[in-house]
Amino acid sequence: MSFFLNQVVIGIQLGSQYVMVALGLTLIFGILDISHFAHGHLYMVGAYLLYIVMVLWDVNYWLALLICMVALALAGILVERAVYRPLRGQPQINTFIAAIGLILMLETLVRGIQPKALSVPKPIDRTLEFAGVSMEVQRLIVIIGAILFIVALQLFIKRTRLGTAIEAVAQDREGASLVGINVNRISALTFAVATALAAAAAVLMAPLAFISPEMGGVLILKAFVIVVIGGLGSIKGAIFGGYILGLLEALAIAYVSSAYKDVFAFAVLIAILAVRPTGLFKGRD
Amino acid sequence: MGKSGRYVKASALLILLGIAAALPWLLGKYQVRILTLAMAWTIATLSLNLILGYTGQASLAHGAFLGIGAYAFGIMVQRVGLNFWISLPLACVVTALLGLLVGLPSLRTKGPYFAIVTLCFNVIILKVFENWNWLSGGIQGQVVPRPAFLTQRWARYYFVLAFLLLTLVAMRLIVKSLLGVTLMSIRSNEDLAEAVGINSFRNKLLAFVISCFVVGLAGALLALENGQLDFTITNYLYSFYLLIYLLIGGVATLSGPVVGTIGLYFLLDYMKNIGIKGVEEFRYFLFGLILLLVIIFFPMGITGGVKRAWEWARGRFRKGEAGEVAG
Repeated sequence: MSFFLNQVVIGIQLGSQYVMVALGLTLIFGILDISHFAHGHLYMVGAYLLYIVMVLWDVNYWLALLICMVALALAGILVERAVYRPLRGQPQINTFIAAIGLILMLETLVRGIQPKALSVPKPIDRTLEFAGVSMEVQRLIVIIGAILFIVALQLFIKRTRLGTAIEAVAQDREGASLVGINVNRISALTFAVATALAAAAAVLMAPLAFISPEMGGVLILKAFVIVVIGGLGSIKGAIFGGYILGLLEALAIAYVSSAYKDVFAFAVLIAILAVRPTGLFKGRD
Repeated sequence: MGKSGRYVKASALLILLGIAAALPWLLGKYQVRILTLAMAWTIATLSLNLILGYTGQASLAHGAFLGIGAYAFGIMVQRVGLNFWISLPLACVVTALLGLLVGLPSLRTKGPYFAIVTLCFNVIILKVFENWNWLSGGIQGQVVPRPAFLTQRWARYYFVLAFLLLTLVAMRLIVKSLLGVTLMSIRSNEDLAEAVGINSFRNKLLAFVISCFVVGLAGALLALENGQLDFTITNYLYSFYLLIYLLIGGVATLSGPVVGTIGLYFLLDYMKNIGIKGVEEFRYFLFGLILLLVIIFFPMGITGGVKRAWEWARGRFRKGEAGEVAG
């Protein structure tokens, strides 16, 4: 039983990571109609930035979290401005291909500078015991941190003027620009928020696993799976989908096979799309 | 195009063929090998061109199918002990059949969804080959023995060249046929194609299966030239590379994939061996950057750019020549 509970905790923690990445992706995909395939690689850059700031510059973990989020938010704005904005109005597949170019650039750059996998120390290196479940404090930090960020994002979108503007653009781009919303600024803002969220996920997760240049590839595919299943642009769908995928994966690793842990999500996606080519839930489309 | 234009084109093609035939005597051993590999990759790019360029469906599973063709061929020749001339077409048929199985569910999706689903499939295949040692031969990999008449380097060069020409002719026939026009109508407007009575799903599936057959051939030829395989041949990065060769060369043309693949393959090989520190590690950075610039500034690739420049130049020339006739 305690083994099962342990796997559930790991599943929730995996799910937290997936939710944070998938939320950014669903915002960009659903709101701006951009298949931002390089999102996972910006996550990877966030993890490496944490290594630089925390290990090389010896900055406190929590301050490093803030630095990474701000830096990656700026990187997100740059990507939107330099890569995706010139491609607006072109077939969607072109943005997808541009993202692949970006992926190759980021991955080669990082691997060229630092080919080895790195590890980041845990800010609080302790393990808690509770009812037969042992839990590293960092896992708890990931789980709680993710919840805080998800709630903050919800409040931002529902309660602030800028957040409402994002929703307006999502519902009707032309209508939004007619009532005076600067669509370009909202695009940049969406990218900033989404990329900062990915950076936060990377910083939370980094102490639990090695960081490597290819870590973003499989992650973004899983995020796509979540977004497609949960419905494009649906924040709720991304949250549920992310946690469910994390739990399924943790249980599959324990009870089926760990060698094939990365393929479950994709097999599920292919099966679902074979039956319903537009995804499980009706998103904005 | 006028009669004289056709003669110019035909003689240019003949000259190119002559050069291709003479190259094994002009180049060093290493270059012949690289060119042979580049031609096998060109066949793969041509296969992607059919489904992406002409049909508009961005398959990112072609890396997997390339590896499946290569392994099917290697296993049949070495482990089953089948005749070479039976193994080669059979490897293509196996790849095409798998293509049918993958195409049936995935082609129901559209646009980026299709790209994502096929990419997911490629990751699954990579993981299967990575973990299933019986299939992939584990760390030792799979040896691919060569038949007696292909032990010479130049013989393999001509062998692959012959298949490249065959593929080009086949692609031209497909593109000019009713099927080709049908596929292009699906690419430009699927709903409209459906409205005029085209079964778009069936035609897309047909294009996908043919494309898989051809990429299986490319995989088998790569296996033949390398003589050795391991699971990395199914890597999805190859799907990306094929996409880049195709886009930089020029989509929906027949010369584009040839120019793009051979040009970039040689460029990358040159950068690998240049010996300057940093160039080797960062060469795919440049690759990505070129891809970005091409997709933003020249979505039609090199051949599209050349074509546009040529038309522009000809337009200027004509204007100067006879203003009142052309109008």
